[in-house]
Order: sequence, then structure tokens, then C-alpha cells
Amino acid sequence: MTAVAAPVAATAPRERERRRWAPLLWLAPPMLVVLGFFCYPLALVVRQSLVSESGEVGLAVWRHVVTSPEFTAALGRTVLLSVGATAGCVLLGTFLALVLAFTPFPGARVVSRVVDAVLAFPSFLIALSFTFLYGSAGVLNAALGGGAGGPVDFLYGPWGVLLAEVTFYTPFVMRPVLAAFAQVPSAQLDVAASLGARPWRVLRQVVLPEAWPALASGTCLTLLMTMNEFGIVLFVGAKDVITLPMLVHTKGIVTFDYPAACVVAVVNVVLSVALYTVHRWVFRVLGTNRAGEGRAGAGLDPA
Amino acid sequence: MLVWTRRSRLLLWLAFGVLFGVVIAAPLAMVGLAAVAGTWNGVLPAEYTTGHLADAVSGDALASALVSVQTGLIASLAAVVCGAWAALAARSAPAPVRRVVDTVLHLPVAVPSVVVGLSLLVAFSQPPFLLNGTRWIVLVAHLVIVLPFGYGVVSAALDRADPVLADVAASLGASPARVLLRVRLPLLLPALSAAASLALALSMGEVGATIMLYPPDWRTLPVSVFAQTDRGEVFLASASTAVLLGLTLVGLLTLGAARGRAAER
Repeated sequence: MTAVAAPVAATAPRERERRRWAPLLWLAPPMLVVLGFFCYPLALVVRQSLVSESGEVGLAVWRHVVTSPEFTAALGRTVLLSVGATAGCVLLGTFLALVLAFTPFPGARVVSRVVDAVLAFPSFLIALSFTFLYGSAGVLNAALGGGAGGPVDFLYGPWGVLLAEVTFYTPFVMRPVLAAFAQVPSAQLDVAASLGARPWRVLRQVVLPEAWPALASGTCLTLLMTMNEFGIVLFVGAKDVITLPMLVHTKGIVTFDYPAACVVAVVNVVLSVALYTVHRWVFRVLGTNRAGEGRAGAGLDPA
Repeated sequence: MLVWTRRSRLLLWLAFGVLFGVVIAAPLAMVGLAAVAGTWNGVLPAEYTTGHLADAVSGDALASALVSVQTGLIASLAAVVCGAWAALAARSAPAPVRRVVDTVLHLPVAVPSVVVGLSLLVAFSQPPFLLNGTRWIVLVAHLVIVLPFGYGVVSAALDRADPVLADVAASLGASPARVLLRVRLPLLLPALSAAASLALALSMGEVGATIMLYPPDWRTLPVSVFAQTDRGEVFLASASTAVLLGLTLVGLLTLGAARGRAAER
């Protein structure tokens, strides 16, 4: 859409004016969609959070919600769950990716295809399958001979949600880390090893520095996604696991308390946009140092 | 390559097998198994049946599946068109404008789907914009949620694309419309197909916003699966999930085939 050949001096002022405004006009339709269906509703959520049900404007709803024990509990639970699940995903994902990349075995390709497939799955699938695995009448309890109400009983609590999130989000860490590992030339490893470096040292000094940007941005992204996870929490349906998105859902749909739901929503959005900003920053700063990692770190980029 | 002795390598593989098997593979296998399980009281199902799968493709479940397919197709098509349009238009805009557009279009990624649902409820529940209670509000929510991916993928592809071809075409006298249709869009086909795949997969599995918004006549399959689980019909829920995955897979494979053909040209 840029005019290449036309010399600027020869164009009439009107033509020049048109050139300046044309790109902005072209941007208008998609921007209208985003502004109308995303930004405007979000702004209304902020406004609604400042108006109480009796119509008064002020921070009354905020004060009421933020000091309520159910909100503080949900906030604490959300942060704990998301930090715990992310730590699990990063540890497990890095280990699995290391083995897949550097000590490949027959069938390693199949495993990476499975990892890719999980990225296209809905998260509630994991919660559903956990019912069969760890539920009161599940496989594990049957194997341990307990029958219904057997010895394994962690599913309908925070640990069930945590493990489900680790299962679902580990592939989201593995994918960018695997892509970063692929950038490490194997000759480099062989040279380091032939010079007498032990595997642990090769790992620390050759492999991990290469994967660090992908790991950092993957960690941020996983924190963000686990914080906003809804499907798993909904399907596990644990009474005492109320996270921020779950609280938004309960307040909005079950008790129809829109102002309170909006307060929780604003807090959730602020937290998650902050994490997202860190992610973009990490991605830019660390990603530009090395060629190729920009794409590897994108994580959600499917191409 | 990293580990040299045979023994340590075997140990490593063993650890990998156990962790991967228990944490990732076993849960995935469960849903498939449960979809065809008749009764399941032991470690493995006692008998197998295709009855649940048959139930999942008839009556209400089938209606839900069709709703999901339509929602997924419409939302991903709209997201790709809108995202590609924005990515192309942002290219020729001044740098500050481009940065703002980039930020705004990526932002829905950082907003929980439940909040997207709530915000649409707040905004479109009274006149003049009354969408609540219609299927349109579900479609809009899905579009908002998948749009950043449509935009992001196409925009990343444009970053890598060679601008010289379009410039050459323009300098040879091709009109902007012709450059767009004959040069730039064909070059972007693989990215468009990748964007559509991602959007489709996300939309088919979306549950957070949909559960806040769905009207009785537009219930997507994930919402139905939740209702089935809630009623305790876990085998039917598994069968419906298997159908959902199957439908998604068909869509992804079709788009993948289109991508392969586009790359060959």
C-alpha cells in the first residue's frame, strides 16, 4: 500500500493529504470492532464497579468487596495456585524438554506430537479425565483396592486443581523451551563434553543460557494463564477452591451482583495485564539479544 | 548426547517415562477410554460400548456440536479477516499508531475469558445495544477472545515477509488492490491458515465466556459437557468431549492441508 515510485514534489497537496489519512482510515474497521466489543465493555465494567446497586457513585462497593473475606481468600488462593502450578510446569517442562532434546529415544517424535496436540485441547478435558483417574471411584482408588471412598482423596481440593493445571500447562512451557534447545548446535555440546565438562556443567553453562529467554517468557505466560484458568476450576468444582475468575462467575451469574463482580473483574484484569506487560517486556529485552528466539519465546505462536 | 553412560541414560528415560506417563499421557488416555466404557468399577472398564458415543451424536448433544462448529467457524473466520486487515493496515500507519494498534489488539489475551463475558453482559444487556439473550453475544465473545491470535500470527508473518515483492509489483504499475490480492495475500496464506487453526481450536474449547452468555438456543458443546458432568453423566460427557476433539481435529487437519498446498505454490 505504500507508493514507491511517485515523487512527492509532483503530487498535489490534496493527494498528499489523502496519503496521510488513508492508512488511518483503513485501520478504522478492525479498530471499531475491538473498541466496540472489547474496550467499551471493559470501560463499562470499571464504571459499574464504581456505582452501587442503589445508584450511588463512589468507592463503597470497592470497600465492601475488597475487605470481604471471600475476596481476600480468592485472591490468596489464585496467587498461590498460579505460582505453584507455574513452578511445577517450569520444572517438569524443562526436565521433559531436556530429555526429549538431548537424549532422544525411539518414539521421541510421537511424544512431541502429543505435546503439540495438548496445545489444541480445552483445559476442562484434563479436569474431566482426573475424575476417572483420581476420583472417589477412579482408577487409582480401584488399584489401591479402596473402592468408592478410597484412600486417594485430593481431587476435590486445591491439590486436584494444581495437578490438573500442571498437566495442562506443562506443554505450554515445553514448546518454546524445545524450540530454544533446537538452536543449540550439538557440536557445541560435544566439544564441551570432550573438553571434560560434566553433563551438569554443560547443562548449566551451555544449554540453559541459550534457553533462558524462552523459559522466562514461558514462565510469565504460564503465570498469566494459570491465574485466569476457569475451565479446570469449574469442572473440578471444589467448594473451597474459589479463584478470582470463579468469583467473577459466581457474582455475575449465580447471585447477579454485577457491581461486586465488576470489582473482582477489575482486580483480576489489573493483575493479569501487569503480568502480560512483564511478559512482553521480557520477550522484547531478552529476545532481541539472540536471533531466532523471538519466535521460540512466543509460546502461543503456532506457526 | 548430553549424557554419555548407558546406565544414566536409561535412568533418565525411566524418569521421563514415569513423569510423562503419569502426568500427561494417562489423563489424556482416560477420556478416550471413558468415552467407550460401559461400566467402570475396576482399574480398567469392565465392558465397552459405543452407546455413549451414539448418544453424543444425537439429540441435544448433536445440536450442541453443530452450534460449536458454527461458532468456531464464524468466530475464526471473522478473527482472521479482522486480524489480517488490522495487521496489513497497521503496516502503512505511522509508528506510534502502529504501536497502539498492536497493544490494543493483543490486550484480550491478558483478560480472563470470564471477564470478557461479564463485560459483554454489562455492555449489551440494555437498549440501544441489546445482544444479551441472542446468539450474537456468544459469537462476539468468541471473536474477541480469538482475535489477538488472528492478528498476532498474521502480524508476525508480515514481520518476516519480504516487502520487496510488493514494492516491485507496485513500481511496475500494479494498483494497490491488485498488489494486495495477487502478491501480499497469497504470500500470507500459510499464516492465515495457521491463524485460523489456532482460532478454531480456541473457540471450540472456549467455556469461560460462553457459560456467562449463552442463550438456551445457542449452547456450545463445552457448556453441554459441563451440564452433563454436573448431572453425573460422566461417560456421556467423555463421549461428547471425544466428539469435540474429533471435530476440532478435522478442522485443524483441513486447514493444515490448505497450508501445505499454499506452501507448495
